[in-house]
Amino acid sequence: MKKHSILRVVAKILIPFVLLFALYVQFHGDFGPGGGFQAGVIFAAGIILYTLVFGLDTAREVCPKRVLECLVAGGLLLYGLVGTLGILLGDRFLDYSVLADHSGQHIGILLVELGVGVTVAAVVVSIFFVFVDRGRH
Amino acid sequence: MNLEQLPILQVILPLLAAPCCLLLRRSRLAWGFAVLVSCSSLLIAATQLHIIHHSASGSISYEIGGWAAPWGIEYRLDRLGGLVLLVLTAIAAVTLSVARRLLQEEVPEERHHLFFATFLLCLAGLSGIVSTGDLFNVFVFLEIASLSSYVLISMGRSRRALVAAFQYLVMGTIGSTFILIGIGLAYMMTGTLNMADLAQRLTMTLDSVYAEGASIENPALPVNQTRTILAAFAFLTVGLALKLALFPLHAWLPNAYATAPTVVSTFLAGTSTKVAYYVLLRVTFTIFGLAFTFGQVGLQFLLTPLAIMAILVASTIAIYQGDIRRILAYSSVAQIGYLVLGLSFATQAGLTAGIVHLFNHALMKSGLFLVVGCIATRQAGLTLESIRGLGRRMPLTMAAFVVGGLGLIGVPLTSGFISKWLLVSAALESGRWLVAVLVVTGSLLAVVYVWRVVEAAYFLEPDDKTTSEPHDAPAGLLAAAWVLLGATLVFGIYTDLPVGVAREAAASLMGVGS
Repeated sequence: MKKHSILRVVAKILIPFVLLFALYVQFHGDFGPGGGFQAGVIFAAGIILYTLVFGLDTAREVCPKRVLECLVAGGLLLYGLVGTLGILLGDRFLDYSVLADHSGQHIGILLVELGVGVTVAAVVVSIFFVFVDRGRH
Repeated sequence: MNLEQLPILQVILPLLAAPCCLLLRRSRLAWGFAVLVSCSSLLIAATQLHIIHHSASGSISYEIGGWAAPWGIEYRLDRLGGLVLLVLTAIAAVTLSVARRLLQEEVPEERHHLFFATFLLCLAGLSGIVSTGDLFNVFVFLEIASLSSYVLISMGRSRRALVAAFQYLVMGTIGSTFILIGIGLAYMMTGTLNMADLAQRLTMTLDSVYAEGASIENPALPVNQTRTILAAFAFLTVGLALKLALFPLHAWLPNAYATAPTVVSTFLAGTSTKVAYYVLLRVTFTIFGLAFTFGQVGLQFLLTPLAIMAILVASTIAIYQGDIRRILAYSSVAQIGYLVLGLSFATQAGLTAGIVHLFNHALMKSGLFLVVGCIATRQAGLTLESIRGLGRRMPLTMAAFVVGGLGLIGVPLTSGFISKWLLVSAALESGRWLVAVLVVTGSLLAVVYVWRVVEAAYFLEPDDKTTSEPHDAPAGLLAAAWVLLGATLVFGIYTDLPVGVAREAAASLMGVGS
């Protein structure tokens, strides 16, 4: 892809907006269409575009395998721990009302969706890396 | 934190432990953690069953997020669920405690932590199916359990494991899709996913379920008389029959069990089809109800012949297999026939027999697969030729196999006898003489396939007599196999736990009340 300067320049311009849009879908998910899953997939799409243009080795430096594994586990753990806070603070699992006086439900769903987003993005990128890697051996 | 949080802890403990295993990375650490978690799960399941069995209502309920039942997701556990959870977590705990030793030959060490993470996800999925009182939740957990079991099976040593896992994936996905379509149709007609609410709304008339002003052709028609609900029921039962590996939808099972790592066969043989049977009981008895399932649809006219075919055909196929794991796998298909036969009687005695056999067979078959794992630690071949003379080389291991085999046949003093006895007496009680005769015939076929293994191990001379020194499997493995198979002996004599609980579970499923 080194020769295709148009592709490289356009990709460089697009990727920040793709990632930004992912964050918009993530954090606007409780007011409009969207949420963690969609945001995660869009975010991963940005990284996949980067991989397609700049190659797997560069992309591996951006997202090392260890970091991806930690993110896969971390997102799920974030979801679980927010849910478990409900139990620890004396109420039911996933009862966000205990997190704050008025906006507990809001904070709860935001954190849970963030966990979903992180895990989905990391999983989609991991799956893509595995597939790309297979062809090279 | 108090005891009322137990239903959710049962599910989220393994669910959250799975990513922790991923982070721990080191094989030994991840294994130790997984064992700890599975033992805690067993403790939780035992406590829950104790609470349920001694409570007046016979069930416990938990509202997720504090949202009340028909709107929010409710976890509901009764005696049946408690019993299934107990056997599920017990097998998981025993299997995991020896998993590291068994994996040494089969999975490279750097992937052990991934194995344990997937194993715990599978446990979480299976526990979730049993714990939840929400039909859509059942589907979600079914997918968690199924997807992780495809991965677990594909980790087998031979390349055929990949083919078997893919075959299972295709069949399993068809099954899941059917189940989802069934749930969708039922939701369309009733507007609810909560099992108890669904059961109630299915018997109401159309105009009382739909909003006022909706144009309905036949407002006085009960919801469960509509064609949509009949289709929903058909999709659900066929999908579950696939997951359950009921004859003739069993083709995925023998390959999957015979090629998966032995740890995985040990765990899945005792749990995954049993949990599918649990869901079938829930759908037919709790949700659609006795009158609909057996009166209006007449499911018994389909299930009884299929169950008997499963017993006779699968047992016969088992006789002609050359690999021990395939013998055991086909025997599993036959035993599923006994389970479904108990259900198809639609009597309290038949159901009791089915539930007790679920409990007993889970212990027996997991124990037997663990014995196969023991053999695999000492020699590569698992065919009838390669185990010749093994009775002298591995006396304690093969003795364990004999105990399990006697249980499969249904010899008195083993737990297999109890469930066969209950099944035959249930058949006679309801005047099904022919069925009773066929069940006994099935047991005779079991004698043949168990005998072929015993004959090879004890009465045939090995080809090379160099390794005739007794050399049993590692002590830990052997102990675990004896725990499971010893339990079948214990439950063959002290029948209070499975039979007592199953009888009351069957009564509440039949709507008799305990």
